[in-house]
Amino acid sequence: MLLEIDNLQVVYPTPARVVRAVDGVSLSVQPGERLGLIGESGSGKSTIALAIMRLIKPPGQIAGGRILLDGEDLLTLDDEEMRRRRLAEVALITQGAMNSLNPVLRIRPQIIDGLEAHGIKLSKSGYEQRIAELLRSVDLDPEVADLYPHQLSGGMKQRVCIATAISLRPKLIIADEPTSALDVVVQKRIMQTLRRVQREIGASVILIGHDMGLMAQFAQRVAVMRSGQLVEVNTVKEIFTKPAHPYTRLLMDSLPSLERRDSLLAKAELAAAAASSAAAGDQ
Amino acid sequence: MPPLLEMRQVTKVFGGGGMFQRRRVTALRDFSLVIEGEPPTIIAVVGESGSGKSTMANLMLGLETPTSGAVLYKGTDLRRLSREQWREFRRDVQAIFQDPFGVYNPFYKVDHVLTTPIEKFQLARSREEARKMIEQALLAVGLRPEDTLGRYPHQLSGGQRQRTMVARTLLLRPKIIVADEPVSMVDASLRVTVLANLLQLKEQFGISLIYITHDLATAYQISDRIIVLHRGIVVEDGDPEQIVKRPQHPYTKLLISSIPRPDPDQVWDDEIPERDGVLAESQLTSLTAEQLEPADRRTNPPSPVP
Repeated sequence: MLLEIDNLQVVYPTPARVVRAVDGVSLSVQPGERLGLIGESGSGKSTIALAIMRLIKPPGQIAGGRILLDGEDLLTLDDEEMRRRRLAEVALITQGAMNSLNPVLRIRPQIIDGLEAHGIKLSKSGYEQRIAELLRSVDLDPEVADLYPHQLSGGMKQRVCIATAISLRPKLIIADEPTSALDVVVQKRIMQTLRRVQREIGASVILIGHDMGLMAQFAQRVAVMRSGQLVEVNTVKEIFTKPAHPYTRLLMDSLPSLERRDSLLAKAELAAAAASSAAAGDQ
Repeated sequence: MPPLLEMRQVTKVFGGGGMFQRRRVTALRDFSLVIEGEPPTIIAVVGESGSGKSTMANLMLGLETPTSGAVLYKGTDLRRLSREQWREFRRDVQAIFQDPFGVYNPFYKVDHVLTTPIEKFQLARSREEARKMIEQALLAVGLRPEDTLGRYPHQLSGGQRQRTMVARTLLLRPKIIVADEPVSMVDASLRVTVLANLLQLKEQFGISLIYITHDLATAYQISDRIIVLHRGIVVEDGDPEQIVKRPQHPYTKLLISSIPRPDPDQVWDDEIPERDGVLAESQLTSLTAEQLEPADRRTNPPSPVP
């Protein structure tokens, strides 16, 4: 097992009450596996990503549980040890990753920065070669290294972020809605690239999102989150053919089809019924 | 009888003037659309970012003025409407926007967005009548008045907020609703109910809908006609079944093949057309002028401006 999350608890104290953003989640990821983590806004899926990266901002805090990466509990590491694990062993690509590029620096120094921070010192031509390889692996022209972020499209910037994320060949890549700010045509290409590089470096990927279609295209297993808890984890085929939890069924029923025109009103009634039975399941 | 609303060869160019706006961008080019209003129809305008779809919505609502061409309400150019006609237009043509939070003032209860139009257009003679109208409108979109009224916007879900907006437009009994991405910020499991509300407006209240979206699948589900916009140009226009099942234009084909199908047995391969990403991402711009010609123009030929 590459990643083992055991009874993870993340809480955000507010004046009124303590919000349990992640409430006792246990989940594991095999080496090389692509796991989809799906849920709606506020379900806690991104909080899990931040917890794995140990980037939960106060007053939020990890209140309990273990996160084992290759058998090592990330929650027991000191800050410096954790810093070294980030990017090198576990990399995060977020929806806004493309906006995290420094606007006044060309792409080259920004990628080099990540390598240097993890103690990789190369000659000028060594860096040059490494960066060209990385950019090519995400289907970018190596000349992109000479450009500034504003000269790139959103999709190209997100590719640069993928290149950075894989630059140290991490064991785990967490992709949190990596394409939700992009158009579908670009999204498809980015996801194809991400899947190819993931296979090439043998990394596991946790894809976080809300689009069931994208999960069907990318993930091998899917975990469904709702209100801080996992309601169902299964292979993508089982989830799509035999969704067990009413909430998963609700997500499936709400999908607009391109195959046939259904009665929207009937669908809305189905969804309403499923919503109330999903809510009943919470009790 | 002139049509209720018509866009006649509308072109909108941004920039070009002034010292700092050297780049001219044609957001919408030579766009024509006739909305008769009778029988009510749902027309979906589908496009990605930069396609000009929101510009089209703003022009249609009179929030932007065309660079050339005209938007006509009952045969009169929006720029030449009398005060009385403008007031009528404002009531007949309503908008629903993307962000179901941004339209609310967080300091007011949600009641505010419902009482304002009643006061503005003097729809009710008494408070009780206003209250009754609001309750009926909420019930019509499947919201329980007791769960909605008296609450603050943040206490409602995105779906409830957007359905309250649908209820608001319903109070005004408009003839046309222009909805710009009304469900893209609503959680997936609630989208279908908002869409069903919009469909109900047509079927129960005879209101036509211009549904502007990037999502071809919901457009296919709800509309009577689909217009595909790409870089300000109509590339395809017609029956939803035809467009989704037998797309003619290369851009429509690309769009359809890019939609992630919720079917794990039909998974994308790893093939990407070019290794060169600079080209891959800008490939759309390289479609030739010929390819950008409309595959089917169903819009009526322009008639002379009165």
